Amino acid sequence: MGDFFANIGNFWEFLRHPLGGVACLAGGLLCIVSAIGVLRFPDFYTRLHAASVTDTSGAALILIGMALMAPNWLVLVKLLCIFIFLFLTSPTASHALVNAAHVAGLQPRIGPVGAANPEDEA
Amino acid sequence: MAYFLGLLAALVAFWLGNSGHYKPLMLGFGGASVLLTMILAYRLDIIDREGAPYVRLPQLMKYYPWLAVEVVKSNWVVIRACLRADLDITPTLAKIKTTCKTDLARVTFANSITMTPGTVTVEIEGDKLLVHGLYESGTEPEGFIEMDKRCAAACDPKETRA
Amino acid sequence: MTAAALIAILIGMVLLLVRALMGPTLYDRILAVNAFGTKTVLVIGLLGYVMGRPDFLDIAMIYTLINFVTTIAILKFFRYRSFQVPLARRVDPAKGGE
Repeated sequence: MGDFFANIGNFWEFLRHPLGGVACLAGGLLCIVSAIGVLRFPDFYTRLHAASVTDTSGAALILIGMALMAPNWLVLVKLLCIFIFLFLTSPTASHALVNAAHVAGLQPRIGPVGAANPEDEA
Repeated sequence: MAYFLGLLAALVAFWLGNSGHYKPLMLGFGGASVLLTMILAYRLDIIDREGAPYVRLPQLMKYYPWLAVEVVKSNWVVIRACLRADLDITPTLAKIKTTCKTDLARVTFANSITMTPGTVTVEIEGDKLLVHGLYESGTEPEGFIEMDKRCAAACDPKETRA
Repeated sequence: MTAAALIAILIGMVLLLVRALMGPTLYDRILAVNAFGTKTVLVIGLLGYVMGRPDFLDIAMIYTLINFVTTIAILKFFRYRSFQVPLARRVDPAKGGE
C-alpha cells in the first residue's frame, strides 16, 4: 500500500510541471483575449467588462499554474497572498473607476451594438 | 479583544509565511515589526469589526466556492463576446434592489457583481444598485436574486435577516 | 511553456498600451493602466519562475498593493484636484465630524 502511495507521489511530481505550464499558458492566452476585447469594444463601460476577464480568470489560471510548479511551501503562501490581494483589490478598483466615470457624467452607450444593431455599420 | 487577537494571529501568520528565516535574530525582528504594527493600528483606532473581519469567515468560506463557479460561467460569455468576428453586445443599465441589511453584506454583494465579468456595479444608493451589463439577458433583476440571498446569508447577522 | 505564457502576457500588455495611448477619455487610459498593472504582477511572478528565482513573488505582492493605491490616488486626484480631501465624509455631528 505504501508503495502505491509512493507511486502516486512520483506520478504527481512528474505531472505537475506540465500541468502548471498548461495552466499558465491558458492564462496568458486569456490575457491576450481580454486585451483584444479592450481594444475592440465601443465605449468605456464595455471595455471595463473585457478588462475584468484578466482580473479574474486570467490571473487565477496563472496563479494556479505557478502554484502547481511551486518548489516549496513558502512560494505557495506568497502566491496565496497575491491571490487574496488581487481578488480583494481588483473589484474595488473597477468599481472606483466606473463610479468616478459615472459621477463625472460619462454617458454609457445603451442598446444593441454591432451585428445586433441593423443601423450600425461597424 | 477578539478583534485584537485576530489581527495579531493574522500578522504573525503573514510574517511567518513570508519570511522563511527562523533564526532567533530574525524572529526577534519579526516580533518587533508585528508589535509596531499593532501599536500603530491601536493609535489609528482601526481595531474594530472592519480591521479584523474574521468572525464571519466560516460563512464566507461557504459563499466563495459558489461565487467562483459563477465567475467561471460568466467569464465564458465575455470571452466569446471578445472573440466573435462581429460584435453583438447590447450594453444595458439596470436597477437592482438588494435585501442585504448590513454594510458588509451590501459591499460583498456589489463586489461580487463587479467581480463577475459582464456586470459591474456603477453606484450604490441605499438598497438600490445601478448595474451596467454587457448583455441585456445578463442584467435582469431575477438573475441576481440568488446571489443576493447568498450574500445576505453569508454576511448579515441572524436577527436582522428578513 | 512558462516562457510562452510570459510572451503571451507581454503581447497582451502591448495591446493594452495601444489602448492607453489611444484612449478617447481619461477613464479609458486609467482602465488600461490598471489592467497593465495587473498583468505586470503576473509577469513579475512568471519571470521569477523562468529565471529560477521565485523570490520575485515578494515584489509581485508589493506591486499588487501599489497598483491598487495608484489607481485610487489617480481617480481621487482627478475628482477633487487635490489629495488633501477626506475620502469619507463624517455625517454624524454628535461625533464631532464636519
